[in-house]
Amino acid sequence: MQTLRIVWTIFAKDMRVEWRHRETLASMCVFSLLVVFLFNFAFEPTGEESLRLLPGLLWIAFAFSGVLGFNRSFAAERENACLEAMAISPVDPGAIYLGKMLANLVFLAITEAFVIFTASVWYNFSFLPSLGRFGLITFLGTLGYATVGTIFGAVSANTRMREVMLPVLQFPVAVPVFIGAIEATTGALRGEPFSTYASWVNLLAGFSIVFLVLSYLLFEYVLEE
Amino acid sequence: MTNRISTTAHGILTLTWILVALYMIFLYAPQEATMGEVQRIFYIHVPSAWPAFLAYFIVFLGSVRYLWRRSQPADDLAHAAGEVGFVFCTCVLVTGPLWAKPVWGIWWTWDARLTSTFVLWLLFIAYLMLRSYVFNPGRAAVLGAVVGILGFVDVPIVYMSIRWWRTQHPQPVIAGGEGSGIDPQMKLALLVSWGAYLCLFSYLVRLRLGLANARRELTMLRREFAPRLAKE
Amino acid sequence: MPPGISRAEATLELRGVSKYFGDLPALRNVSLRIERGDSVFIYGPNGAGKTTLLRTLATLARPSEGSVFFAGEDLHHNAAVRRAAIGFVSHATFLYGELTARENLRFMGRLFNLPELEKKIDSVLELFSLRERADELVRGLSRGLQQRVTLARAFLHDPTFLLLDEPFTGLDAASRENLENILRRLPEQRRALVFSTHDFDQGIALSKRLVALEAGQVRYDGPLSLAPLDALRISRRH
Repeated sequence: MQTLRIVWTIFAKDMRVEWRHRETLASMCVFSLLVVFLFNFAFEPTGEESLRLLPGLLWIAFAFSGVLGFNRSFAAERENACLEAMAISPVDPGAIYLGKMLANLVFLAITEAFVIFTASVWYNFSFLPSLGRFGLITFLGTLGYATVGTIFGAVSANTRMREVMLPVLQFPVAVPVFIGAIEATTGALRGEPFSTYASWVNLLAGFSIVFLVLSYLLFEYVLEE
Repeated sequence: MTNRISTTAHGILTLTWILVALYMIFLYAPQEATMGEVQRIFYIHVPSAWPAFLAYFIVFLGSVRYLWRRSQPADDLAHAAGEVGFVFCTCVLVTGPLWAKPVWGIWWTWDARLTSTFVLWLLFIAYLMLRSYVFNPGRAAVLGAVVGILGFVDVPIVYMSIRWWRTQHPQPVIAGGEGSGIDPQMKLALLVSWGAYLCLFSYLVRLRLGLANARRELTMLRREFAPRLAKE
Repeated sequence: MPPGISRAEATLELRGVSKYFGDLPALRNVSLRIERGDSVFIYGPNGAGKTTLLRTLATLARPSEGSVFFAGEDLHHNAAVRRAAIGFVSHATFLYGELTARENLRFMGRLFNLPELEKKIDSVLELFSLRERADELVRGLSRGLQQRVTLARAFLHDPTFLLLDEPFTGLDAASRENLENILRRLPEQRRALVFSTHDFDQGIALSKRLVALEAGQVRYDGPLSLAPLDALRISRRH
């Protein structure tokens, strides 16, 4: 299908551009590392405390590195007005959104893997027992976050103070994602049966679908001048 | 001319209604058994919430219509509702603690209602800030509309997720459920106050729309005369 | 030529277009019709609205008033078709610095869904003498070379309408001559050229029609031979 091919083209382009210098990925990883590190001074992690606080800590780190990633995703386009070049090509604006969103998703996922690995070492906590469920929850949460982060990143790129504008726009809207991800992660890491936190997982999935579709439809308005 | 007259009439109606409501709040409604006089803030706190949510709904409707039909009045209405709604939302968040502290001893609690209202407040801020910060003012309306739509769709999801969260981690609920075992005189005072707030809300939106129209006329005039002024 | 529009019908037209940025009028009630075979030189002082005019024709700027028509239809239908027929060069290069010229062209070509993409890329690289440096990162190229890549990008999808905003920026003498030759051939290829440049002599040498803009309004639109140069306050020493 034509649209899917365009989505892939844009996604591949973002990957290739990033691969040449890996600046965005590097800054996202370093930044989230710093967040996790600073938390160390907030509490001394014993086993039970880690379990209580880790989900929140992880998602705070993900949230802030997401801000970095979404901002840079569109800053790169603005550099030589590349977004305009895409706007005057015959592609469906929604396809541009999907391509960028998938790229953001991948960047976030890589950063998250890095953070999770580091957290498991620093807090002596093993994610392995619940890796499958934890992975699913993290993926759905990241997807939900990326759907709104991408479109708000594009919107903020049109404003002064865009580094501030993006968090102001996306954090309130993404509240359900953070609540759902943290609650579900807590359940998964504690090894509770899936049914106890299944509704949170459904929330994450539902949120992703709703905002994916809505952003896909609204993106053309973000691109036009 | 008729516009002026109806606006003034609206204003008089609002003022009257507010005065009646004040009478009912302070003189008509009986004093609450446990909380005392400070409970009367309840008649201000609760009715402020409705216009705030209604306002965001209007932001949504105006945004949709603007994107669909590029109707400038729809955008003006959305912007006006956004600004006035923000004020009402702030009012809810300020009167809440003013009531809570003397009665329950705490300024704030993250219960479902307050938390949701706070998120709504943030959504208003996001909408208004975006509209002010866009580089090219011509785009503020379109981008604002996109944000308004996304924000509004989010409101029920936020509310739901916060409520679930609160059922997982229950807390003593700070404000007794509205209308639960409430004295009929109090109920009446509440209703009157509620009506007064809606009236005030619509009046303020109307005033704000008038401002938008005046600004537009000014812009039109500026556009027409700018080149001539520039030459001089 | 993109499907759906016959070659004969392709015209690009502004009718009563005004464009405001806040209070500032960039274009005021501009009506202009471009047909295949036209070569139009847009001239005017800084701030006259040349860039806004070209951007509006290229569908990058939405008119505040008035409409843009392509092949007689209001531009908001059939967006893909008209965009495939337009090639635009602006002050910004539209290039990704982290990709090579070839990769940039390949990306744009895929967005335009061009068949035989590699062949087209090769031919357009050849056209602008970019063969040797096609596989270097764009950010390492000089401004002049980047301009040639931008031009290559604009020509890649074989557009009917070439809208070029100061295309000669940064080009050395040889590249300038090359571009001039390319542009001269466009009318006989049944394509349309609309361009702006600061060099008045160069502009009139390459075009048959002059559109003089001042303060967002069209002061003159017609053949060069009949242009009242004094009245338009155009000094040849620009």
